[in-house]
Amino acid sequence: MRQKRDDKRTTVEIRHLYKIFGDDPKGALAHVEAGLSKAEILKEHNHVVGLNDINVEVKEGDITVMMGLSGSGKSTLIRHLNRLIEPTAGEVLVDGEDILSYGEEALRRLRREKMSMVFQNFALLPHRTVLENAALAPAVRGVKRADYEGEARKWLDRVGLGGNADQYPSALSGGMQQRVGLARALTSNAPIMLMDEAFSALDPLIRTDMQDLLLELQEELAKTVVFISHDLDEALKLADHLVILKDGYVVQQDEPQAILMNPGDDYIVDFISDINRARVLRVRSVMRPTAQPQPNVAGQVHPEDTLEKVIAISGGETGLRYAVTDDEGRQVGILEMEELVRALVPTGASESGMRARASA
Amino acid sequence: MATYDFVFDALGLRGWCGEASTDTNAPMSMDELLAQSGGGDAPAVSLWELPFPSMDALNDACAAFPQSRELTQGLERGFLNVKDAMSFVLDPVTQPLSWALESSLYGILNTPWWIVIPLLMAITWFVSRSWGLLAFVTLSIAGLAFIDHYDYAMQTLAIIFVCAFICVLIGVPIGIAMSRSDGFQNGAIPVLDMLQTLPPFVYLIPLIFLFSVTEPKLYGIAIILYAIVPVIRLTNLGIRMVDPYVMEAAEAFGMTKRQKLYGVQIPLALPNIMAGVNQTIMMSLAMVVIASLVSAPGLGVLVLRGIRNLELGVGLVAGLGIVILAVILDRVTKASLARINAQQKS
Ligand SMILES: Nc1ncnc2c1ncn2[C@@H]1O[C@H](COP(=O)(O)OP(=O)(O)OP(=O)(O)O)[C@@H](O)[C@H]1O
Ligand SMILES: [Mg+2]
Repeated sequence: MRQKRDDKRTTVEIRHLYKIFGDDPKGALAHVEAGLSKAEILKEHNHVVGLNDINVEVKEGDITVMMGLSGSGKSTLIRHLNRLIEPTAGEVLVDGEDILSYGEEALRRLRREKMSMVFQNFALLPHRTVLENAALAPAVRGVKRADYEGEARKWLDRVGLGGNADQYPSALSGGMQQRVGLARALTSNAPIMLMDEAFSALDPLIRTDMQDLLLELQEELAKTVVFISHDLDEALKLADHLVILKDGYVVQQDEPQAILMNPGDDYIVDFISDINRARVLRVRSVMRPTAQPQPNVAGQVHPEDTLEKVIAISGGETGLRYAVTDDEGRQVGILEMEELVRALVPTGASESGMRARASA
Repeated sequence: MATYDFVFDALGLRGWCGEASTDTNAPMSMDELLAQSGGGDAPAVSLWELPFPSMDALNDACAAFPQSRELTQGLERGFLNVKDAMSFVLDPVTQPLSWALESSLYGILNTPWWIVIPLLMAITWFVSRSWGLLAFVTLSIAGLAFIDHYDYAMQTLAIIFVCAFICVLIGVPIGIAMSRSDGFQNGAIPVLDMLQTLPPFVYLIPLIFLFSVTEPKLYGIAIILYAIVPVIRLTNLGIRMVDPYVMEAAEAFGMTKRQKLYGVQIPLALPNIMAGVNQTIMMSLAMVVIASLVSAPGLGVLVLRGIRNLELGVGLVAGLGIVILAVILDRVTKASLARINAQQKS
């Protein structure tokens, strides 16, 4: 059963984070706080708003996906987590410690031991073999080759590159190179993994493979993953928690199913209008939660089943009703096929959403 | 009367100029001399012949105004004044260069040829791993030795080895420093441009004053100043061209500055650095010929003899020897460059 979000430990906390690019970011910050839009600030003050009052909690063991269109500030945001970029204002806490107060040495320790990163363009070292690339993190820490080789080979095997250890990266295809990138992040044994559009440069089929590989690894390793994507299908597939960015601010963040069922504003409605809802929505989002047994149930379904699967089971009958039972066989809800069909039609923006915030 | 009297009259500087300009005892300018030998007074100047208000022309009008020859003289005096202080510092600093040149010249000439030639062959093989190149180098050197140019060629080679080595030793760190600081780069580029565009003879003039002509460091410094530029430039360029994403990954995995430099930047810049070394070696060769004017030994001496005594054959054969050395050095360094490239791409 899914653990409730509130019960999980917060690993990374981003509080009131601002990043403004330009000659006088502090000066421009006042205008951002006064509520001027990104376009106005660019036009009138010649500064680029990268991030605007970001507040996100990243929970331990979750895949937190940050999603948004090009230029929405995703890369900027993820680079604040290991301070490849310095913020204009705000705080970033990792395991409760403010990493902005870190000196050079402490920052290096954070990057070496707590966080690893996977890049969109792989960023492998071309003059080192696949094995040496995978073993970058321990090598940087000063571990002897004999001591890290086993670990690096293990992860290369795990991502399916056991036979390529002694090749150079340029001999590999893009998908294989990104597997090396993934192995490099895994070999570091860091609990937090930052992935900036890690699969965006890959062909669709290979991308799906990599997503499956990540989910499979996640099943067993339960790392805290921050994943950047501009692809909604990918985001919905991977995310435990989905953060949607636009022009540097957070439009909505929630569990993906909740965003699909209750989009916060028109921007999100547009965003999710093209997806195949039957494939991503799950029974638990549509069912009526109740432990009361109901008459005339046509069968049992699992709360994590997709609607697509239920439609297949029902053979397209809309008058049916299913009992939703969890792994232990207890009933947790009732699914009416009518409700299911209604859920397939995209909903409008909920009034309680963040429309006011977005149009500001 | 001089053309520009009115300038000083108008500015009220006549008093500063002293007496009328004619009874000045400053040395006469060339124009005055010509005018005198032509006899008679200078005719009134027409607008067509108006002289440029140069230092000499103004001096005609006002004796207190300096002549242009005083500029060159002043420069010379200034240089001579600081010369002793400069030699005092530079002499000991550059002394190791003299030792290095002297000992390598001594070493290469006093080692029997049947050791030196196989040694050169071994170096060629080590850096290029190419049978064809090895055969070419062996035949070329044997050919030079056969026509009794062995000693001269080896002297030239020894000087180039020492100077190019020092160029790399100094040039690579300077290039690294330039790649790290835009300010330093902006300051260094005009200096490098100047070193590269100054005619090589011009370096020699101040150096002759600073060091005695019998010292090897005189030509050593001239060669190094001339040849160091490409290795500096290409080191800087190579490091700046390292993929920024790779550098970001290095940063994200917590590399120190040192680890980034030795583990990422230098290895990835190596093809460029080697291209710089190749050019540095070729420029050393060009300069070592010119430096025979200031007693650098080697093939250049023969070329010089050919020019001075109009010994056509001597000059031409020495010139051919230089071409052969140039081809050898170029091919060998390019072959090692190609090997590095292949390694990184493989
Ligand atoms: N160094 C910089 N200087 C100025 N502006 C910058 C800089 N880096 C990013 N920006 C701006 O900040 C905004 C966010 O950029 P960012 O790269 O984070 O977007 P992104 O969401 O990652 O987009 P993409 O999907 O294209 O990678 C953009 O408007 C960009 O122009
Ligand atoms: Mg990006």
